[in-house]
Amino acid sequence: MDSASYTLDFEQPLVALKAQLDQLKQLSETSGTSMDAELQAIERKIEETKKSIYTHLTPWQRVKLARHPQRPYALDYIQLLFNDFQELHGDRHFGDDPALIGGMGFFQKQPVMILGQQKGRTLKENIYRNFGCPNPEGYRKALRLMQLAERFSLPIVAFIDTPGAFPGIEAEERQIAEAIAVNLREMIQIKVPIVAVVIGEGGSGGALGIGVADRVFVLENAYYSVISPEGCASILWKDVTKTPEAAEALKLSASDLKRLGVIDGIIEEPLGGAHTDVQACAQSIKAVIDHELKALKRLSTATLLAQRFAKFRSMGVFKEQA
Amino acid sequence: MNLFSKPTYSADTIHKHDIPEGTWTKCPVSGEIVYSKTLEENWMVVPKSGYHFPLNAHQRIQLMIDEGTFEEKDATLTSVDPLTFKALDTYVNKLQQNQAKTHLRDAVISGIGKIQGQPVSFAVMDFRFLGASMGSVVGEKITRCIERGMELNYPVVIVSASGGARMYEGILSLMQMAKTSATLAYLRQQGLPFISILTNPTMAGVMASFASLGDLIIAEPGALIGFAGQRVIKATVKQDLPNDFQSAEFLLHHGLIDQIVPRLELKQRVGTFLKLMMYKRNHTVNKVASH
Repeated sequence: MDSASYTLDFEQPLVALKAQLDQLKQLSETSGTSMDAELQAIERKIEETKKSIYTHLTPWQRVKLARHPQRPYALDYIQLLFNDFQELHGDRHFGDDPALIGGMGFFQKQPVMILGQQKGRTLKENIYRNFGCPNPEGYRKALRLMQLAERFSLPIVAFIDTPGAFPGIEAEERQIAEAIAVNLREMIQIKVPIVAVVIGEGGSGGALGIGVADRVFVLENAYYSVISPEGCASILWKDVTKTPEAAEALKLSASDLKRLGVIDGIIEEPLGGAHTDVQACAQSIKAVIDHELKALKRLSTATLLAQRFAKFRSMGVFKEQA
Repeated sequence: MNLFSKPTYSADTIHKHDIPEGTWTKCPVSGEIVYSKTLEENWMVVPKSGYHFPLNAHQRIQLMIDEGTFEEKDATLTSVDPLTFKALDTYVNKLQQNQAKTHLRDAVISGIGKIQGQPVSFAVMDFRFLGASMGSVVGEKITRCIERGMELNYPVVIVSASGGARMYEGILSLMQMAKTSATLAYLRQQGLPFISILTNPTMAGVMASFASLGDLIIAEPGALIGFAGQRVIKATVKQDLPNDFQSAEFLLHHGLIDQIVPRLELKQRVGTFLKLMMYKRNHTVNKVASH
């Protein structure tokens, strides 16, 4: 898909400039006159505008980028970062969940277990992937695979990208809340290193359900939040048009998450967002995973688990009288 | 069972202003009109219809914990405003309003006490305080309640009621789900029971964490229990929801909870479970202590 074929509202100035550039190029060709100076000026202007837009994004603009229809998804990165990925299906009880995928493969020749929430690119794919909203069997499959990884000493890499766990009748009947809760309890004691990367949407409990990791990284334009900005706006503002304000208030962007001590680091994206250069973004993710897995491998299992617990145990801010 | 046929009424802990004296309350199920004092004396259960109105935290402690044995812990934990959150109102104002309204610092009271003679680490959520949403203080108090069980070798009993995570604390609220659930892994390892009691309503982030992780999960009749809000589900699936959707009875049918226990039988039932599950420990207490 052409990366220029979908434009976000705040990207309009760039589109206008690019159109101007094309026009001028055409004019230069048809008239046979050199317009190098003018062309260079517009190109410079494009670069400047790009920088000023993408280095000053509001939280809500970042959410839009995180949801960009051309944004790379888990399988895109899996394809670029792992060799011989073998997808494994099913929770062994009810079914397979295409919204939460998993399997084994090699990362830099090291065998690993990979998990990821997966959205669809087209409407048809999205219906199949349930728009990246996992059902209980997705979380149960993920736990099965993590326990498998533990038995065979495979470190775990999790790609988080979901608007949230599926809010549906059958999801409730099959106990979606319990499925997530059990993962939160069990992940804390999985005896292999776990690295999680939020690559797009970190939608609440649905994201956390595979997110209790030794290291949690967030892509520059990804977000991680207790509730969607829309949901927050409609509850706390009673007005869904206040979504940008809610996105701001929730402190859901990578830099705020880092400041709040909830994540370990931010992975930079190419200017314009991950979709503008998937290869480059994948390489940045690769470097982080590589570095963290190497560091975590050096820890004894006891230290690994103690540190993982201490990390989550310490989260929260409150005051207490002595 | 007759233990609860004539509950004692204490003016100390049931705040008069909760239900003005001499007023009448209408049962939302049967439409029956009940004298509010009668309702209070019956632990907020409508005598004929059996409808359960919410209990506040103090009433719940009175209902569940042997008289004179409750000792509150972590009483000074207070919420701060880590996000400097402001929507229609600020979080700071919301906290102050709810503190004034409930005379609570936050949405959980926790401590130690006895249930039918068995010492327990106990926590109860009070829905009146910001819908007993889970922020840092709620998460920390629940976590410490579990840790206290491990320290003292007490079983853990938590009575939940919550709208979910506390939006005003953003991602920090979400992380309380991981914190509380993770701590339960260690309680489990130590072989101590956790009895999770779900009351009306227990939803979302609390349900998707510690509340769903009881060795036993008990619900009060008619309690609303679930993950996603019904409005959200309706808007997503665009179909009518079953009549009893997300009720305690629905969850019993779908296999999540062990028993639905009417409030007036709750203490005795929990006492029985504790005797069953703590039997071995209580009869090898010296060995445990000498470790």
